[in-house]
Amino acid sequence: MIAGAASGAAPGAARNIVRRDDHASRPQMNALDRRLAERVPGVRRMLTADGAIGLLATIMVLAQAVLIARISARAFDGASLSDLAPEIAALVAAVLVRSGAGWGFEVVGRRAATAVMSALRLELLRARLLGDPAGARDRADAGEVAATAVEGVEALEAMFARYVPQIFLAVTVPAAVLIVVVTIDPVSAAIMLFTLPLIPVFMWLIGRYTELRAQERLEAMNRLAGHFLDVVRGLPTLRAFNRGPAQAERIAQVSDDYRRATMGTLRIAFLSGTVLELAATLGIALVAVTVGVRLVDADVTFEAALTVLLLAPELYLPLRSLGTQFHASADGRAVTEQLLELIGDPERTPAGTAAPPSPAAADIRLEAVDFSYPSRDTPVLSGVTLEIGSGETVALTGPSGGGKSTVAALLLGLLRPGGGRITVGGIDLGQCSPELWRELLAWVPQAPTIFRGTVADNVRLGDPGASDESVDRALADAEAAGFVSRLPAGTATIVGDGGRPLSAGERQRIGLARAFLRDAPLVVLDEPTANLDPDNAALIETAIERLLEGRSALLIAHRPESAAIADRVVRLDAGAIAPVQEVPAR
Amino acid sequence: MSATATVRHLVELAPPGRRRFLLSVLLGALAIAFGIALMTTAGYLISRAAEHPEILSLTIVIVGVRFFGIGRPLIRYFDRLVSHDMALRALGRLRSRFYERIEPLAPAQLEGFRHGELLSRMVGDVDALQNLYLRGLAPPVVAILVAIGAIAFAAVYLPAAAAILAAGLVLSGLAVPALAWRLQRRSGERQQAARSELTADLVELLRGTPELLVYGGVEAAYDRARGSDAELARIARRDAIVAGLADALVALISGLTVAGVLAVGVSAHEGGSLDRLLIATLALLAMSSFEATEPLPEVARESGATLSSGRRVLELTATEPAIADPQDPEPLPAAPAVALESVTARYPGADGPTFTGLDLRIEPGRKVALLGASGTGKTTIVALLLRFLDPERGRVTIGGTDARRLLQSDLRSTFALAGQDAHLFSSTIAANLRIGAPDAGTEELEAALEAARLADWVHALPDGLGTLVGELGRELSGGQRQRLVVARALLSPAPVLLLDEPTAHLDPPTAHALLADTFAAAEGRSVLLITHRSEGLELVDEVARIEGITRIGRSPG
Repeated sequence: MIAGAASGAAPGAARNIVRRDDHASRPQMNALDRRLAERVPGVRRMLTADGAIGLLATIMVLAQAVLIARISARAFDGASLSDLAPEIAALVAAVLVRSGAGWGFEVVGRRAATAVMSALRLELLRARLLGDPAGARDRADAGEVAATAVEGVEALEAMFARYVPQIFLAVTVPAAVLIVVVTIDPVSAAIMLFTLPLIPVFMWLIGRYTELRAQERLEAMNRLAGHFLDVVRGLPTLRAFNRGPAQAERIAQVSDDYRRATMGTLRIAFLSGTVLELAATLGIALVAVTVGVRLVDADVTFEAALTVLLLAPELYLPLRSLGTQFHASADGRAVTEQLLELIGDPERTPAGTAAPPSPAAADIRLEAVDFSYPSRDTPVLSGVTLEIGSGETVALTGPSGGGKSTVAALLLGLLRPGGGRITVGGIDLGQCSPELWRELLAWVPQAPTIFRGTVADNVRLGDPGASDESVDRALADAEAAGFVSRLPAGTATIVGDGGRPLSAGERQRIGLARAFLRDAPLVVLDEPTANLDPDNAALIETAIERLLEGRSALLIAHRPESAAIADRVVRLDAGAIAPVQEVPAR
Repeated sequence: MSATATVRHLVELAPPGRRRFLLSVLLGALAIAFGIALMTTAGYLISRAAEHPEILSLTIVIVGVRFFGIGRPLIRYFDRLVSHDMALRALGRLRSRFYERIEPLAPAQLEGFRHGELLSRMVGDVDALQNLYLRGLAPPVVAILVAIGAIAFAAVYLPAAAAILAAGLVLSGLAVPALAWRLQRRSGERQQAARSELTADLVELLRGTPELLVYGGVEAAYDRARGSDAELARIARRDAIVAGLADALVALISGLTVAGVLAVGVSAHEGGSLDRLLIATLALLAMSSFEATEPLPEVARESGATLSSGRRVLELTATEPAIADPQDPEPLPAAPAVALESVTARYPGADGPTFTGLDLRIEPGRKVALLGASGTGKTTIVALLLRFLDPERGRVTIGGTDARRLLQSDLRSTFALAGQDAHLFSSTIAANLRIGAPDAGTEELEAALEAARLADWVHALPDGLGTLVGELGRELSGGQRQRLVVARALLSPAPVLLLDEPTAHLDPPTAHALLADTFAAAEGRSVLLITHRSEGLELVDEVARIEGITRIGRSPG
């Protein structure tokens, strides 16, 4: 049956041939499979089920060929329909079971994909929650990571439901066909054995060649492919400079270059498919002609000859289908690799358990603290010593990239010092329980995250059990009562993704309301008025002054005006403390 | 819009090319026909050989088997090349047409696509339509042609077999694709809601991790995400059962058709109406005919997504530009005094006006700063001046002439914009600068970079002006981007410079220095500086203040 040859290469074909270099990395692939099997127990069960279904499908393939040949041969010799009724019934049964097996592959494969994705997703989340949450790069990528973790399941479904079963069939069917053909006609089996290895050899030869050519072209093709999006994105700029119409011609030009480049790659990429198909069709023709001629000499029986003819396509088909399904596997593999990489190895030193003293009555000291991110060569902080006295507001200034946010993250217990230590009332923060420590502090980041839910829910992040009155008071203290009362449903208005959008200044004030509700002895504020207009900035500065009253605070300031309310200003430059300048108390 | 209307409109918008399409159909049909012929002649050869004839009498059949065996892969190869070439050509045509249609809509009527993701999706929709050209057009036609041929061939020898084959091909080529399409749509709908919910949970949890950790909300958020995950998994497990149904049905239908053809063949031979040579031959014909309908269920499954993309594309290309050139335009006045006269501005679909009754005047050569809080419509003034938006009331004038009486290209040649969301193209520094002045020489580029305080940095780069800035200027820092945008505006010969928050991402000393240099370089030109910060106000001749939504106050600069 010559099926499956028709669909062939999708638009992504050019991309797929490049991935063929994955062929070479088989050990890596097995390592990936093992890592998956370790993480998701369902995978092993699925492979077993696929094996059983695969064997059944193989037997049915053989049965169908044998039965069709038997029916034709006996009718040829004059058997009637009623004579052949049992064979025809058996053929129908074989068809039913074989299509059922195909269905089984799909159900098992899709369920396995669902289980794998679900397990990887939850593991990714746990890793993120335990790992290094302050990495700004990771946060920026959240949308992309989430999309991969959810939509990536489609690539995995294709891999588990199509490619993995095909691997089984590519091994079992040709082997079974050869065994059967050897028993009925050894000469044909010899021809088959001779042509069959041509397929993997050609695959390898052409794969090597296309790989070299494709790598050269890939970069150029990617650049061309991105051009259209870039131009559309830049339309307002192009129009402002009167360059809009001129680009239409350029798009046509680039599209044509892209077509040429792609066709150049496809001409080679399709060669591999063609050679494989040629091996198959020539094999079939060779077997047919040989058995035909030998049949004339009565060397073989008609039934045996017909069985061999019917089995010949089945010999080549699974191997060729494996090739066309290869990109499905490459996509699925890419998704799992990506997720496993994101999960990483979230091993941390165990957290302390001691209860830290309250900053309300204890000084906080950073003592010769070093810190560097694993991904960067230069340390972010080196030998930073800093004291925040009880009830004191310390402002941290300095150029961006100087390490200000890292100091905040260390103080919040989101990062741990690489060297040196942070103490509270003389006790090392590393020995204290991060949960208990965080109960003593409030944090207003530069751009507070607004979670899906009501305004009140968002404020209650500061204190889940707070009463409505406390929430209202916190909003008023944060100068947010005004805009919240103008929202369609007041504090019950749904905000966050999909809800009512909030401006940067409004988000800031929600973040401040959280801190007010938290009522903690230590407050960390990260550039609260950066990128706000003067009116909003003034409102927020009033609220901040109110918040800092009677608490210890670390205030990260970009603009000199913001640092004015601090008791003391410390300048952080290139990861080190610059000479301290004292400013008069408020 | 119905599916056929969508396809018709798309094909009208970007035709695949009649000759290429016909060639692709011809080659596609021929490739499948050769496959059928290979198996059918091979079956006939073996049947005939079983009667032990003279070997010479088999020569033609043997040649046929070899011919079809060699020909089939070669035809398939050219078929693939022709169909991909056709699809890529059509895609190129579609991109150009699409661009030509949306170019006059930007930016006001594409406001809904301002978000980067939506814009990528819009472009993705255009690119997704290559599926239509590659698999949506030719394969159904090929399937019909091949099916008719195979059924006709069978009908010559045994009408009953032809009837069974026809039934099988119609079921697998029409009924199964229809079923596949419905199942895909239903499971897509079921899963989409659960997927969006889970994506939202994940994004929130990933973005807000530090805050959740500090405020102790991690457990609740994780439980919520786990709940959404479990719900999606439950739906997906149920959908897995119907997912493979279509493919299994095709296998079932083709298998049963072969059994049926075999049965009627045996019966006809028994009744003496069919030569025994043709029993196996017809069965092999039926078996290999199903290659024609084989791609169709997948085409049907994809058609939902392809058609939705097509509808979204057509909706945009059918949008009439809100702003058009006048019938008999006036010439561009020589002295570019720019004014807004009692202008009320409102974006299409907005609840209320951005501002009402606004007056602003920039005399030639004057430097004006426009100060105001965010949300008061400072950037809307830029849109009005460039005629990306027309006033609801009042008018914008250039040298006393209403902007609506000028050609858009003349009007825009008056202004050089350094906007806060200006785009940097994924190209070289030089190419980005030359957006401002396409014919500028290297010296002019250097001068503009010098004025924007970028010259030293560019000289230090190994590739200098030829350095690639990366997608969206990714390789540059915020300050470098901003300065490159200012340099581009300075390079433009336009007499009026519009600076919209040019120092947004710069620290105060750098911001001040950049503004001082920019104003020095803009000597002789008019400048409108839009800002919410205090830097640079001492450099201008006059400061206008925009307050609330009603009026503009003035104070001497």
